[in-house]
Amino acid sequence: MEGQIRVLVAKPGLDGHDRGAKIVARALRDAGMEVIYTGIHQTAEMIVNTALQEDVDVVGLSLLSGAHMTLFRDVTEILKERDMGDILVIGGGIIPEEDIPDLKDAGIDGVFGPGTPLEDIVKFIRENVKR
Amino acid sequence: MYGEKEIKRIEERRKKWDEEIYRPLVEKRPERLKRFANLSWTEIGPLYTPTDIKDFDYGKRSGNPGEFPYLRGIHSTMYRGRTWTMRQFAGFGTAEETNRRYKYLLEHGETGLSVAFDYPTLYGYDTDHPLARGEFGKCGVAISSLKDMELLFKDIPVDRITTSMTINGPAPIVWAFYIANADNQNIPRSHIGGTIQNDVLKEYIAQKSFIFPPAPSMRLTVDTFEFGFREIPRWNTISISGYHIREAGSTAVQELAFTLADGFAYVKAAMERGMDIDQFAPRLSFFFNAHNDFFEEIAKYRAARRIWANGMKDLGATKQRSMLMRFHTQTAGVSLTAQQPEINLVRVAIQALAAVMGGTQSLHTNSMDEALALPSEKAVRLALRTQQIIEEETGVANTADPLGGSYYLEWLTDRMEEETMRYFDRIEGFGGVVPAIEKGFFQRELAEASYKLQQEYERGERITVGVNKYQMDEKMEIPILRMDERGEEIQLNRLKKLRKDRDNGKMDKALERLRRAAEGDENTMPYILDCVHAYATLGETCQVLRDVFGEYEEPAIF
Repeated sequence: MEGQIRVLVAKPGLDGHDRGAKIVARALRDAGMEVIYTGIHQTAEMIVNTALQEDVDVVGLSLLSGAHMTLFRDVTEILKERDMGDILVIGGGIIPEEDIPDLKDAGIDGVFGPGTPLEDIVKFIRENVKR
Repeated sequence: MYGEKEIKRIEERRKKWDEEIYRPLVEKRPERLKRFANLSWTEIGPLYTPTDIKDFDYGKRSGNPGEFPYLRGIHSTMYRGRTWTMRQFAGFGTAEETNRRYKYLLEHGETGLSVAFDYPTLYGYDTDHPLARGEFGKCGVAISSLKDMELLFKDIPVDRITTSMTINGPAPIVWAFYIANADNQNIPRSHIGGTIQNDVLKEYIAQKSFIFPPAPSMRLTVDTFEFGFREIPRWNTISISGYHIREAGSTAVQELAFTLADGFAYVKAAMERGMDIDQFAPRLSFFFNAHNDFFEEIAKYRAARRIWANGMKDLGATKQRSMLMRFHTQTAGVSLTAQQPEINLVRVAIQALAAVMGGTQSLHTNSMDEALALPSEKAVRLALRTQQIIEEETGVANTADPLGGSYYLEWLTDRMEEETMRYFDRIEGFGGVVPAIEKGFFQRELAEASYKLQQEYERGERITVGVNKYQMDEKMEIPILRMDERGEEIQLNRLKKLRKDRDNGKMDKALERLRRAAEGDENTMPYILDCVHAYATLGETCQVLRDVFGEYEEPAIF
């Protein structure tokens, strides 16, 4: 693989819980990836635009408000519409176990709940990034 | 506490113990860790004795409960008179669903209400706003108008129960909904009681549900102080909150220091407006986290009371009520694990015990399933029962400040106070809390502390039971709360009907008067009340203020 893996860490919706997103962003940077963090209060449209401009390989979504079924899916749908389906999309937050299969069907490649070792996320990205 | 001679004797004995007994033993059999530290990385020694608190002047630094500087509690009888208020933070879906949950909690012995709003409400948007997409009722109840507030408190006597509302940016408007609901039932405004969180400074620092820039936000806050003093004397017009600062990643020391710094910033802002400190200070309240390190948490609450009392006295407070710190506590949401969720019951019990040992005025105990979803009815009941066991069975409420005088606890209390003072100096160096926010000081402090702590867990230097030790592969099934799926539709229809049925001409005039008040320097509260009485929605009223004040945007740093 040539060059650094480029990751966009994004906070969709109105949720302001950014501790997890910031920790994951730093861990990925410390693992040698190029990380862009959107900050909070992003619409799906804004996230996809940033992903395009920054030419990222991975989008990591973090949401703790419970709106993941709507907002994560919005992101993957717009990515597909714009032929950016090869971007690896992962998500984390307060996500009940039973929502995970539906999220995977919607194009979220990996879901990482509370207590996930940071290493697992790094490893998942390295093994699954599609380029 | 001891005479000079006695201290010298204890010091010599302590030294002898160290040299002849403790050290030789440790050399032979090393301790579990090279360095013992609490969650703020303060090194904890093997033993504390009177020599560690030799400057402890009981009269000046402690006093009895109900006496300045309130180290041992704000009431002379503490829980012997009345125990703390059991106030469970709750809200989801429609106003009707949450109203049923409140009645359920009250039936099971809850003694105060606490409203959780959904994200659109927290940002001053109605349910039909485009940015509300996917968020309706998800992490709280959706309240878009006075109509919704009426349904939320249907058949609940607001003159006999106190209500706390976790609302910040749009706090004046949501408070106005509550007041207007009482007005419409002919309940005198002096009879209603409760709390609005209304702490915008910590929104910029941690919780991030800010709307306006800091200056107009502070102006609205002082408007509520003034209005509360004049019209709603039983209302706590602010709950200065460390809870979210801690959840966002701070240490206990940072939680203490940043919260109190915010508190003093509000006091100074109200005094600059020309208010007398003794007019508004009695209605300031606080909100802290109860995390895992038992003694550190207790020391934090005690230090907070002492620092606040001294600080308020220095600022010119003369009434006792202006100097005593009343606070609510919630157990640490961030400490809950999605793995083996049932063990969260145990964590919560210990955290709640720390809050009670620290003299809290009210308490929320988290439910075991909250790392996964909103709590189910059963999980909430168990959380409430945890408080009831502490109250009724353990005996800890029999005497005030039962751990006061512990060498370790008093040493730690002093130490946390000193570190807080050092943070005050640093914040002063930026020119105060608002400039420090604008320069990203707090946000950086939190990001550093939370990443450092996380790395220690990753390396196994710190343990979370069930996550990096004592893991289990087997899944533990717990029921998850599911909401009424038609809720959003019900709410959208209600909004549509409201917009059609109300007197829109009257409402427009009220909104226009609010705009003029906001552009000038009159107190906005009476105008906001006129708007909500005319059934202007949260979003419509908030938009007027957005137009006048603008919106705050946070730089994205990590």
